Amino acid sequence: MIRSREVRWSLVAGAIGIIFLFAAPQVFELFAIINLTTVLALAILALSLGLVWGYGGILCFGQTTFFGLGAYAYTIAAINIGETTGPIFIAIFVAAAFAAILGYFIFYGRVSDVYLAVITLTVTLIFYSLLRRTSGPEYKIGNALLGGFNGVTSPPLNVPGDPSNILFPEHVFYVAMAALILAYFFCVWLTRTHFGRVMVAIRENELRAELLGYDIRLYKLALFAIGGGIAGMAGVLFANGIGRVTPDIFNLYNTALTIIWVIVGGRGTLIGPILGAIALFYLISGLGTQATVNNNLVLGIVLIVFVLLVPRGIVPGVIGIWDRTQARSKLLRKEKRLRRRRTTRQPEPEAANDG
Amino acid sequence: MTGEIVLETRNLSRHFGGVVAVDRVNFTLWDNELRCLIGPNGAGKSTFFKCLTGQLSPSEGDVVIRDFHAGGRQPHEVSRLGVGIKTQVPNVFDGLSAEENIWLAARRWQSAKRAKVVTDQTIERLMLGDIRKDHVGVLAHGQRQWVELGMVVAAEPWLVLLDEPTAGMTQEEVVRTAELIREINETATIIVVEHDMQFIRMIANRVTVFHEGKILIEDSMDKVSQDKRVREVYLGHRQK
Ligand SMILES: Nc1ncnc2c1ncn2[C@@H]1O[C@H](COP(=O)(O)OP(=O)(O)OP(=O)(O)O)[C@@H](O)[C@H]1O
Ligand SMILES: [Mg+2]
Repeated sequence: MIRSREVRWSLVAGAIGIIFLFAAPQVFELFAIINLTTVLALAILALSLGLVWGYGGILCFGQTTFFGLGAYAYTIAAINIGETTGPIFIAIFVAAAFAAILGYFIFYGRVSDVYLAVITLTVTLIFYSLLRRTSGPEYKIGNALLGGFNGVTSPPLNVPGDPSNILFPEHVFYVAMAALILAYFFCVWLTRTHFGRVMVAIRENELRAELLGYDIRLYKLALFAIGGGIAGMAGVLFANGIGRVTPDIFNLYNTALTIIWVIVGGRGTLIGPILGAIALFYLISGLGTQATVNNNLVLGIVLIVFVLLVPRGIVPGVIGIWDRTQARSKLLRKEKRLRRRRTTRQPEPEAANDG
Repeated sequence: MTGEIVLETRNLSRHFGGVVAVDRVNFTLWDNELRCLIGPNGAGKSTFFKCLTGQLSPSEGDVVIRDFHAGGRQPHEVSRLGVGIKTQVPNVFDGLSAEENIWLAARRWQSAKRAKVVTDQTIERLMLGDIRKDHVGVLAHGQRQWVELGMVVAAEPWLVLLDEPTAGMTQEEVVRTAELIREINETATIIVVEHDMQFIRMIANRVTVFHEGKILIEDSMDKVSQDKRVREVYLGHRQK
């Protein structure tokens, strides 16, 4: 029953996504469309953390590491190769491979949850400070100057096989939206496979999963690498939305933000983190146009409110309320039916007494 | 005893700082046995058990299961040999349904199709039909124990290790568990760690008594319960 409801929810989400995919360029101005590409990139990043944390129980405090690596790898590869289709795959591969290597040390070293959070956070901050120091002309990979804190300009996507045919911002938006929908359904599918169900089992009880014969180190490593690859793909889109990559991708603010998206949207769901990322992006950019309240203050308040009042996040919270009202109205209907039956039976006093 | 030796420990020790929980134990288990491990609280039964299952690595000595040197291996490697394990503190997947719990055990070794069949059979065999859709986290302690037993059974192991399987069960559940264990024993060799003497009388043929990390005596239940030293260390402790 739970599963069929999930299917319904994800189909609704998919349908809304597809409608949005085709309607948005008709409705919005160019600036908003470019902005949307960035938002969708962030939503995919949120999805990747929602998968790793919500389903695998792996609290990765540096999901932006793989996001940033994807963005940089795409940009550097695209500058060197002169087209962008190959670099997309290179970026996903680099991000996933780095996650796999990092995950190997974490999971095979049996690092505890707290240290996992600390290590992943530290790694992303190391990238931040290292890349900031690359402003000299000697820091180049192939033809790509790393550019220190100014970063590198990212070549926009081109039509596969035709490097001179560069996509318009609307088309990049289509690509981003399609990527989000694909990534979302990939994750939904993954969580239903044997692999995904074992991941949930590991989240619930690591020892029991091991005693059943599952090598939890390998499972966690695999999920971590998949999450890293998805984050890397998000990085490619982000580079396209912003038009350049800078070390700020790896800063503390961004990595904290990813955690907040997932907390707000809801762990243990896939649509929740996506909605969390989109909602907070527009909240912050709405606040950005005025000067009375500080963004970070608002973010902090949002986080505290959610942790204290909606600890499961928006989506699980709403589903919970929905279930409760459904159950109550079912009960009411049942009572009404019973009462009606009783009133129709009234002529026979004995039968009425039975109830 | 006759037949093939399926599990053996050689000078197995486990220390916790200065505490010697298991002290140079040489233990032998033969094929098709149903062996009970008893002993007072803190005798080292669970520590010994955890060394067999890979949850703890021995400080010294070795564990050999058939030809496999299991000392210091990971639990999943021990499980992979075809060993079913139930821990003293129930380890179940609280957020998942009873059915999903059992399916995860069956599916580890079976194809998707066969796992479904095995899951249904196990649920029927353990009479878990009424709670199959319930989250295991909300079930009573005894029922959680049964779900865990279901996971052990569903993996169709040839060697079964159970640490206090009847803890927290009602009298009726204890009787049913004894039946189930004898049934499992038809196809598997079993070690049961237990406290409940009545339960041990129901199932035991051979009993190993632990005391202060060592094997005090190993014999039939009748002999063991008449032994003076056993009465002193074990029954004496129980009465306080
Ligand atoms: N993780 C640990 N760290 C330190 N000491 C431990 C640890 N586990 C067990 N011990 C100690 O080892 C000794 C044996 O404990 P163990 O749990 O094996 O006993 P037991 O026979 O299973 O007892 P019970 O019947 O209460 O389950 C005890 O003195 C206990 O305090
Ligand atoms: Mg014990």
